[in-house]
Amino acid sequence: MDFAAAFLVQIVYGVANLALIGLGLAIIFGMMRVINLAHGEFLMIGGYTVVVATNKGVNIWIAILVLAPLVVAAIGVVVERVLIRFLYGRTVDTLLATWGLSLLLVGIVTAIFGPQTATTLSPPIGAFQIGDYGSSGYELFIIAITAALFAGIYALLRFSKLGLLARGTMQRADMAAALGVSTSRIYMLTFGLGAAVTGLAGGLLAPITGVVPTIGASYIAKAFITVISGGAAILAGTGTAAILLGAMNNVITFLAGPTFGEVALLAAAIVILRLMPNGITGRYFRRSL
Amino acid sequence: MRRETVLQTHDLSMRFGGVVANDRVNFALKAGELRCLIGPNGAGKSTFFKCLTGQLKPSEGRVLIRDLDTTGAEPHAVAGLGVGIKTQVPNVFDALSVEENIWLAARRWLDAPRAKAATAETVERVRLGDIRRRPVGTLAHGQRQWVELGMVVAARPWLVLLDEPAAGMTEEETAFTADIIREINRTASLIIVEHDMAFVRALADIVTVFHRGAILIEGSMDAVSADPTVREVYLGHKH
Amino acid sequence: MSRAAEDRWLIALAVLGVVTMVGAPQVLQLFTIINLTTAIGLALLGLSLGLIWGYGGILCFGQTAFFGAGAYTYAVAAQNWGDTTGAIVAAVLAAAAVAAALGYFMFWGRISDVYLGVTTLTVTLIFFNLLRRTSGPDYRIGRALLGGFNGTAAPPLRLPWDDRVILSPQAMFYVASGVLLLAFFGCVALVRSRFGRVCVAIRENETRAELLGYDSRLYKLGLFSIGGGLAGLAGVLVANGIGRVTPDLFNLSYAAQAIIWVIVGGRGTLIGPVLGAFGVFWLTSWLGTQSYFNSNMVLGLVLILFVLLLPRGVVPALVELATRRRRGALGRAERLRARRPKAGPRRALQPAE
Repeated sequence: MDFAAAFLVQIVYGVANLALIGLGLAIIFGMMRVINLAHGEFLMIGGYTVVVATNKGVNIWIAILVLAPLVVAAIGVVVERVLIRFLYGRTVDTLLATWGLSLLLVGIVTAIFGPQTATTLSPPIGAFQIGDYGSSGYELFIIAITAALFAGIYALLRFSKLGLLARGTMQRADMAAALGVSTSRIYMLTFGLGAAVTGLAGGLLAPITGVVPTIGASYIAKAFITVISGGAAILAGTGTAAILLGAMNNVITFLAGPTFGEVALLAAAIVILRLMPNGITGRYFRRSL
Repeated sequence: MRRETVLQTHDLSMRFGGVVANDRVNFALKAGELRCLIGPNGAGKSTFFKCLTGQLKPSEGRVLIRDLDTTGAEPHAVAGLGVGIKTQVPNVFDALSVEENIWLAARRWLDAPRAKAATAETVERVRLGDIRRRPVGTLAHGQRQWVELGMVVAARPWLVLLDEPAAGMTEEETAFTADIIREINRTASLIIVEHDMAFVRALADIVTVFHRGAILIEGSMDAVSADPTVREVYLGHKH
Repeated sequence: MSRAAEDRWLIALAVLGVVTMVGAPQVLQLFTIINLTTAIGLALLGLSLGLIWGYGGILCFGQTAFFGAGAYTYAVAAQNWGDTTGAIVAAVLAAAAVAAALGYFMFWGRISDVYLGVTTLTVTLIFFNLLRRTSGPDYRIGRALLGGFNGTAAPPLRLPWDDRVILSPQAMFYVASGVLLLAFFGCVALVRSRFGRVCVAIRENETRAELLGYDSRLYKLGLFSIGGGLAGLAGVLVANGIGRVTPDLFNLSYAAQAIIWVIVGGRGTLIGPVLGAFGVFWLTSWLGTQSYFNSNMVLGLVLILFVLLLPRGVVPALVELATRRRRGALGRAERLRARRPKAGPRRALQPAE
């Protein structure tokens, strides 16, 4: 029984982890049809923000929950202004340009902080026991905050004026512009929002994974695969894909070790795309958010 | 001589989610016929057309071309039966020249020297000889429509399906398009989806009127225009 | 560019290629020759991606899957058989088979665009992950230990008719350049054939090609498999240059580089990706010798600048420039001719609405 509970926590954490690293990418892809391949580096910068801030004596909670999203959102807005906005409607080109950005950011961070792992942080919440099995309180916190993020983004898109404008712009930019909406500003804000969520995710994961300049590469493939197999609906797509892939990954990891867990995740994504060429929400839940 | 039926549908239905675009359509086309499909916007003409060409797989019912069941066949397989297809929007290879566009159509079925001859002949036939080296993407709308008609002709089809061949054309252009179509009709049966009533009147002997996804009436243009229901649903509020 | 002008360029290119192939080992140092051999292998990888992306519109993020599959097949087969000629054939066939299987899976499932990119990327990551795990004596194929992270040895090429003779680095350079030249002109012939022209048509407008009666899946599958085979051959050359095959051949950084070569050189050309590969190879080796700039930074900037400012790449831009200059020289007469009224519809001269 204890084991089952501990295992369940592991699976839910695996799902939350995938959902968390994919969410920012999904916001940007779902709303703007832009695939940000520098997403992994946005996560990495979120992590570095936390490391640098705590080294300077900032409280770790403030660093994770406030500074990391703010710093990355600022970077996101700058990137949107100087790079992405010239490439709207050219999905492949944005993909390539952001890949370039990804290399550039790795290069810059390496030049500043060196190629090694930065000082490790310890998770600000300790471990606890489920019977004989240890479980991380911080992982539970991440599960909770991921759920809260999904709920928050849902509320923002569904109920706020900004969300309505954003959804309108994404569906019919010409129409929204004719109604007097500044589409350019909406795009900028959306990109900033996606970047902020990504920065938060990066900050949250930094105490667990540590940070190196090249850590983005290990995130991007997973995030990319989760979002694309989820399809265009931001929350429903990323959520269902994260559940399917995350559960698959953890169960196979338990049965056959982490390598096969990883391979199972990748293979599951391929099968999803083969059966549903436009992702899960390209076929089901089409009108969801 | 009794004419053979070259294309027919049996109880063809197409639904998108809860929307019924086509509802049990039974349709037949005889060899050598030139049939126009008309009807107000949203009547289901284009959906029906796409079910015939293989671009959509009908929810229910069957499509037979000659005696072959082509329900849900891939477009290339439908074309492979010798069917020439032109879609609604000019659907051409924009980066390629007029000649290359038409050559691609001819070369699918003919060997290299015959494809070359057929290309040259077709380019002249649709009067694009002067601009045959120009990329199609740089041409005017009417010319692009003719390129596509040329692609249909070059493959020497026996059955031709055209979706709004005269859309967006000037009167003069429309007249020339009608000429080309009449010429095609000498060797092929045609189904044409069209909005332009003058164009339909000039071409078709029999028209089929679609309304709310089903066939409302079939008959000569005069008989159809005289029908009170047709007047109400269609001619009454010409858009 | 007209066909005749293109032919002149190709002849000049062939002459230049053969001269370089024969001349380089006479004037360059051994170290440079060995490096160039690896660069030639990478150029072949660039060519393979340029073929399927530029002419088939298939943006493959995992060209390295075939590259690595070729390299591993070669290493394993050569270790087992001793003979390397058969190993090369096996490598090309294996890589083409992997591509064909993946292509069948994707094209018959109507996967395209970014979804195709992700699928191919995922496949190469699966190879990467699996091969990393293969350390220890359990993972062997015949006499070859797969060796996990460290990979396994790629035996040097031997003479086809006498497997006791190992090719010298110079001879290896001749083989590599010969292979690249043959592959390049083979690709030129391919894209000019009916098959190649249909592939371009499918790239331009898949629906229209289908409506003309071409089964686009079949053409894409053919092109993708050929590209896979070429990438496998590139893997053989690079494995020979390095002397080992490691899971890193499947790594994202190789996949990324291949895409950069094509972007920089030019999509829709064959020479572009080859020149792009040489150019970037030269740039990264040069960056390796100094410590001011980190090579990631420079490659990233190059990619961004090209996408923003020269999205079609260097070669198409140069071709356009040359054509425009020639027009400028002899264009006056032509423009006069154009001003005279023509037969046919006058509207013909107006732009599209």
